[in-house]
Amino acid sequence: MYDNKRLGFLFALPFVLGVLLFKLFPFVASLCLSFTQYDLIDPPQYIGLQNYRELFGDDPLFRKSLGVTLWFAILAVPLRVGFALFVAHVLNFKLRAIGFFRAAFYLPSILGGSIAVAVLWRFLFSKYGLINLALVKLGLEPIAWLADEHYSMWTIVLLFTWQFGSAMVIFLAALQNVPVSLYEAAECDGASKAQQFWRITVPLITPVIFFNLIMQMVHAFQEFNAPYMITEGGPLNSTYVLALYIYDQSFRYFNLGYGAALSWVLFALVAALAALSFWSSRYWVFYAGEKDGAR
Amino acid sequence: MSAHATALTDHAQRSRALIRYTVLLAVAVLMLYPLLWLVGASFKSNSEIFSEVGFWPERFSPTAYVKGWKTSTEYTFATYFLNSFAITIPRIAVTVVSCVLVAYAFARFEFWGRKLLFGIMVATMMLPLIVLRLPQYLMFRELGWLDTYLPLIVPSAFATDTFFVFMLVQFLRGIPRDMEEAALIDGCNAWQLLLYIIVPLLKPAIISVVVFQFIWTMNDFMGPLIYLASVEKYPVSLALKMSIGATEEVEWANVIAISVVALVPSVAVFFMAQRHFIEGTASSGIKG
Repeated sequence: MYDNKRLGFLFALPFVLGVLLFKLFPFVASLCLSFTQYDLIDPPQYIGLQNYRELFGDDPLFRKSLGVTLWFAILAVPLRVGFALFVAHVLNFKLRAIGFFRAAFYLPSILGGSIAVAVLWRFLFSKYGLINLALVKLGLEPIAWLADEHYSMWTIVLLFTWQFGSAMVIFLAALQNVPVSLYEAAECDGASKAQQFWRITVPLITPVIFFNLIMQMVHAFQEFNAPYMITEGGPLNSTYVLALYIYDQSFRYFNLGYGAALSWVLFALVAALAALSFWSSRYWVFYAGEKDGAR
Repeated sequence: MSAHATALTDHAQRSRALIRYTVLLAVAVLMLYPLLWLVGASFKSNSEIFSEVGFWPERFSPTAYVKGWKTSTEYTFATYFLNSFAITIPRIAVTVVSCVLVAYAFARFEFWGRKLLFGIMVATMMLPLIVLRLPQYLMFRELGWLDTYLPLIVPSAFATDTFFVFMLVQFLRGIPRDMEEAALIDGCNAWQLLLYIIVPLLKPAIISVVVFQFIWTMNDFMGPLIYLASVEKYPVSLALKMSIGATEEVEWANVIAISVVALVPSVAVFFMAQRHFIEGTASSGIKG
């Protein structure tokens, strides 16, 4: 029965329709929209590359926003992935209470995207919030986390890092697949724990490191809730990420053509970085054994 | 090997374990203390919130909960919670049905374009969804669906949450086909196979889908923000945003209390199912 091609296609039909209607069509439509001027009232007007020319030539806010987005990704992605690997490494051991720790570290990663947590975060970092209370108790100066443009970025980077749990769980599964015999052999040859980590563990899990880096990068470039709720893009646009700018242009000022052009720039950026990562992966990602593995 | 040497390695191992526990505990405290403190803070008086690092309140006062629940609008949070469920529950239902069907097709059937479609599915998981928002908005506007829950529910009926399809496919691939072959010999048709064999086998993975979709839909903010206009239809996430944006002077005690309440359903679902679904994500090797 499983070679009944029509039946198989029938089962897959919701997906085929879904991709065409809700993915592919909007994807192409937004590209077309980016060549127009459209404000929802008058019909869209074709203006060629005008939106892109304005973006790159004559929009300081775009340049600021692009820089902020890149800076956010550069800080937040390695911090989250690095921390996830570190904690997974410490956790990968015959521990009692591993279930408790895993759940404790995982919880923030599923709650972290919610508005409730963003609200709480905003409060923690407010002028008299818990963080500053703790700093004062330790005899340090309180910091204007949300009002000082040098620190505002760190509040959302920290929230992003705080949600390292899902990446950690994936690392943990990979670490448990590294054969114990390799460590035993290294131990015999007198390799230290640090050497074992860098020479055995890391090379063997490079595919998973690569996977986590790519997925987290895609997430970081779309970060919206935290800067929207916690810092509102400010102060002085220091956290005005591209997702916020796209939202403002599209749904607040109803410059739909411009918003579409912005979102395509964001897409091109992510695609280019992903392509670059895939290209570079030839030099640092090692696939052992079968290619058609779990992934 | 002498007894002395074994004792030494034993000792080294024990101290290494101690270091691990210390690190893990420190990280756990650092990560969870803010949450704990906020739960405590929700029972504190306004002045105590801004002066006390300890999380245990001097006196438990439910005022913040009562005030926060009432909100400054004409609706209470009961309305907003019901709205959230009115989006979440249908969405979970259509997600499970569509994703199971599609995953079944991908994992078991041979059909034209299967490889290509599977490739497209994996690629869309990396597509920044923000690129699709604008045209989707225009589409739903044409259909007259703005300010209804349809834009938040209907796409999921077409297996657009590809992460779940992927998870189910991976799960199904790990299950041998013996049972299905036996059932085929007994004369089952495709629907019977799906209902009586595949779905029961997939149960742990389906639970993961339900839990994730529940939490993500409760968390979803940008969707409702774009599509919903009338306050009476707001889900919890939008209502929370409103409570902080209405005035310059934020009533923190109330806002914190209601944020804590807003997290309760997700935390409850998480702990009910955590064993299942943490492992589910790990084995599919993917993140949400």
